[in-house]
Amino acid sequence: MTIDRTAGREYWRTLDELADDPSFRERLSNEFPSEVEAITDPATRRTFLKLMGASLALAGITACTRQPEEKIIPYVRQPETLIPGKPLFFATAMSLGGVATGLLVESHEGRPTKIEGNPLHPGSHGATDVFAQAAILGLYDPDRARTLSHLGDIRPWSTFIAMVRAALAAQQPLQGAGVRILTETVNSPALAAQIQQLLSRFPAAKWHQWDPASRHYAGGGAIAAFGQYLDAQYRLDQADVILALDADFLGSGPGGLRYARDFAARRLPAEAGRMNRLYALEAMPTPTGSRADHRLPLRPSEIGPVARQIAAALGVGSSDAAAAERSGDIQKWVAAIANDLQAHRGTSLVIAGDSQPAGVHALAHAMNRSLGNVGRTVVYTDPVEAAPVDQIQSIRELTADMDAGQVDLLVVLGGNPVYTAPADIPFARALDRVQTRVHLSQYADETSELCHWQIPEAHFLEAWGDARGFDGTVSIVQPLIAPLYGGRSAHEVLAAMSETPEKSGYDIVREHWMAQTGAVETAFDRQWRRWLHDGVIPGSALPERTAVSALAVPDASPEPETVAGLEIAFRLDPAVLDGRFANNGWLQELPKPITKLTWDNAVITSPATAAELRVSGRPSAQGGEHGQIISDIVELKYRDRAVRGAIFAVAGHPDGCVTVHLGYGRRRAGRVGNGMGFNAYALRTADAPMFGGGVEATATGEEYSLACTQYHHLMEGRGMVRAVTREEYMRDPRVVHEGHEEPPRTLTMYAEHKYEGYKWGMAIDVNACIGCNACVVGCQAENNIPVVGKDQVLRGREMHWIRVDSYYAGGSDNPETYFQPVPCMHCENAPCEVVCPVGATVHSHEGLNDMVYNRCVGTRYCSNNCPYKVRRFNYHLYQDWDTPSLKLGRNPDVTVRSRGVMEKCTYCVQRINSAKIESEKEGRRIRDGEIKTACQQACPADAIVFGDLNDPGSRVAAMQAEARNYSLLAELNTRPRTTYLAAVRNLNPELGDGL
Amino acid sequence: MSQIFHRSANTISRVSIFGAVFVVAALLTLLAMVNRSPWVTEARVAREQPIQFSHERHVAGNGIDCRYCHTSVEDSRFAGIPPTKTCMNCHSEIFSNSPYLEPVRASFSSNVPIRWTRVHDLPDFVYFNHSIHVNKGVGCTTCHGQVDRMPLMWQESTLQMEWCLDCHRNPERFVRPKAEVFSVDYQPPPDQAELGKRLVAEYRIQELTSCSTCHR
Repeated sequence: MTIDRTAGREYWRTLDELADDPSFRERLSNEFPSEVEAITDPATRRTFLKLMGASLALAGITACTRQPEEKIIPYVRQPETLIPGKPLFFATAMSLGGVATGLLVESHEGRPTKIEGNPLHPGSHGATDVFAQAAILGLYDPDRARTLSHLGDIRPWSTFIAMVRAALAAQQPLQGAGVRILTETVNSPALAAQIQQLLSRFPAAKWHQWDPASRHYAGGGAIAAFGQYLDAQYRLDQADVILALDADFLGSGPGGLRYARDFAARRLPAEAGRMNRLYALEAMPTPTGSRADHRLPLRPSEIGPVARQIAAALGVGSSDAAAAERSGDIQKWVAAIANDLQAHRGTSLVIAGDSQPAGVHALAHAMNRSLGNVGRTVVYTDPVEAAPVDQIQSIRELTADMDAGQVDLLVVLGGNPVYTAPADIPFARALDRVQTRVHLSQYADETSELCHWQIPEAHFLEAWGDARGFDGTVSIVQPLIAPLYGGRSAHEVLAAMSETPEKSGYDIVREHWMAQTGAVETAFDRQWRRWLHDGVIPGSALPERTAVSALAVPDASPEPETVAGLEIAFRLDPAVLDGRFANNGWLQELPKPITKLTWDNAVITSPATAAELRVSGRPSAQGGEHGQIISDIVELKYRDRAVRGAIFAVAGHPDGCVTVHLGYGRRRAGRVGNGMGFNAYALRTADAPMFGGGVEATATGEEYSLACTQYHHLMEGRGMVRAVTREEYMRDPRVVHEGHEEPPRTLTMYAEHKYEGYKWGMAIDVNACIGCNACVVGCQAENNIPVVGKDQVLRGREMHWIRVDSYYAGGSDNPETYFQPVPCMHCENAPCEVVCPVGATVHSHEGLNDMVYNRCVGTRYCSNNCPYKVRRFNYHLYQDWDTPSLKLGRNPDVTVRSRGVMEKCTYCVQRINSAKIESEKEGRRIRDGEIKTACQQACPADAIVFGDLNDPGSRVAAMQAEARNYSLLAELNTRPRTTYLAAVRNLNPELGDGL
Repeated sequence: MSQIFHRSANTISRVSIFGAVFVVAALLTLLAMVNRSPWVTEARVAREQPIQFSHERHVAGNGIDCRYCHTSVEDSRFAGIPPTKTCMNCHSEIFSNSPYLEPVRASFSSNVPIRWTRVHDLPDFVYFNHSIHVNKGVGCTTCHGQVDRMPLMWQESTLQMEWCLDCHRNPERFVRPKAEVFSVDYQPPPDQAELGKRLVAEYRIQELTSCSTCHR
């Protein structure tokens, strides 16, 4: 495979495309590879046709059946606020990694069906991430733990209370010396207060925290810089120049949703003078790195030294000796970044990523201080975590105590430490020596297996609680449904260990906050209702710490960098996180940002390193639309431990380094997640939880199929993304359209549509899109889109109505990356409409390209004729029609499709119709912004805007009128209603094109 | 060799070819008729219910407004089936010992809802909204018929798509003044053609015949 830098501004999607491999081109032209099914399916195409012939004859008769009798079951006593058929929305919050995001949850007759962001919550502003969107499926997961059990036998809650009270009574004389509580990162003030109460009753008991997603290094960095735990919050709306040190601050981590919106708001080319500039030094390519104006791939261990050089150029600390040895190229970067930061004192920002060691965090604090950014682009507050600790130390101590036989009662509140604990801390072995082990968790997982008591944990949509957001704002977590499986919250388990064992979660949380406010009952009740309604407690954000103690400028001598040889970086998976979402089909099937892998993790490395290791991954012609990558399995040996995983080359990944994602290789995740991928925790040690050196990778000679959607829906070199530099754009914005033919509107054989009422359209700002996938899951939840499974993804049959295409420009070592979300274009001259033999896809009066499922007979002509490849066909009955719990979670306003039916994006026509009905009842037109499509509502970057093009004052009309507005495949004169705004990169002239 | 077929075979074959056209046409007509017949549509077929609830008694006899029970008809897609509590509002006082009402009392005391049989059952791929229809001057009886003369509820219309489109294409033929929407005795005036046109303009009634109006 030869990969050279291509000349000019050409975009590519896959490494094979860049290499222009002739066999790849052949596969591309072959839309339906021969005998796709016959190779792997026991039922060959021929038998299939025979069966179909017979069933078709019979199917004709079934069409004559009468409708089955249905029942209507009204309430006995109808709740006051409920109007049957109208959804209600409730504010709540979801915590991950110790940070809460405020949510608004849609409820249909008591069943939560869709999660949106809470516009009043500072950490959301109405946006959501993939995890919040997918939480609704987690609630209804039929694999959740359903019963409280002791050694596998079902027990009532009262038996558990009796047991735990007896155990605690026995501990009373010892002051609880044998009691241990293990939680994840706690950001709930009420829960922390409960634990403190328990600890004051049992002074010798201990509280440990372990969360594999915890931000070990950020905490360590604050200790190094300030001598105490402090949280840094960034004001991206104030920042002109941003330096990210392996920090994916847009795509993950606390405040990511808010930062993405603030960041995007500063990148509007219309206000070119205010455009910010982002430098990213990073290892594994991330959404943030792909948005960077200049991105430099570095191995994780190299980022610290380069950061030190930049700091030295800014006069912070002194450069290390190794600096001189660095290549001139790096020196150029260091100088350019330092100059740019220097030129924007007070409006620049340095962000250290969670995977970088404490020293780099301390350095970032020092640089921000030296640049005068503190109080302007970065502010410090007390930590959001209730009790920040060094969690690695915490679990190490707990394991030592357990090993020494000092623990009689261990209560694990959430988390799955047996699976996630560092490989060199023998947590599972030590657990065996604990007399009584209690595990509260949503699934009977790896940890439950080794515990005596397993308590099903209530989902956050089933239980009361409270939680702090990234800036400390407290939200009351209110349930939307009674626990489906009798689950209990951590509050209730802790109550069972207190003097008031039967106290409900509601009382615990409410009494905690009543005590905090000091208000009397009646006055508090009004406040409380307001908090529940708004989803935030006003004024509860943590105050800015203006007088942070003098910064200890990090030691001039750098931390010893003993990282040598091939490096390994551990990252949380962008879809299943630390493994907790492994049984969530929506997340498993989500094409991960950058890699576009589904259902698996992989040993990710650069194309050059993969070539050095003599391993490869290549697309196979077996999958329809080239869905399959046959990849070599490598064995990774690291510190006497080994795992095997499939190799996957990613453009822009640094050489000499592999990245593995945690959260896979689960044994007891559930039916969806069991046995997917490999377990990278097996290599992750306590001293190097994020990266380390000296890993050996050897090809095993075996192969593995990866389901990667980057090869799906290739548009064969047409309809690519468009991007320009800021200079080019300022000179003449029409540069976006250079070299693109756009035929005159009159050049069509079809009669013009009139669109007298509304004229729906969508504009997607490629410049804002960070490729986070929130739109994809949001769409899936809103529109009842099924999960198809890895085997079907391998055949190119995933059903997502919106896909996020990623495009690259430049060489494979460090390409520019662009994301282009592609839903249905709703063409005015739609090629699909004219070929449907049964009129199942037709044009509406408002320009929607309607899809009528009940007419569709599944010819797939429309899909063949769609140049954008946005139509999805139900090859099988993908939707689960039998599992009762899954039925509860579906959107009742959208048809649940069966097999043999084509489907595609409808612009969320159910939302359009509902808004239209409400506006008509009030005798007015729909206001701009009243309808938000599901993708638009989820988008943290505000990249998707939907509205009425007949209204010249609408946002979407203004966006489509911008000079950088372009249509995909405009040369075909399909006149798509969905258009794009070209990306504009704000390059530093000192670094040239940045590549 | 003699002819196999008699000469009359020619005539028979001509007649049968000619007749086949009629047979096919007759079959198709029959199919269409069956498809529109109450056997398929279940129009005008009274349903068995767990309680012999009479709209005739409650509407014509007692003069209760539709919205007393169907509370959400003006706000929601679903008109609403009354909770047991609504029945008990009156029946805790009147006919409180009637054996007919035993299921109502049982439901109220045991908190188990009454399972009514759905009379108007659209296919699951049709999304109908009551509120917009009543807000735009479509009367209850326009679709549901003379409910005040139905001892047991039946479905007055076929609920087939051609029936929906009848009105969606020509709303002026059916629309009535908003004040008359819930009136059960309303009869279209002789000048409906004129009135209809005026109301269609006044209420800004659109001819919504896009597929996605009802199917999504």
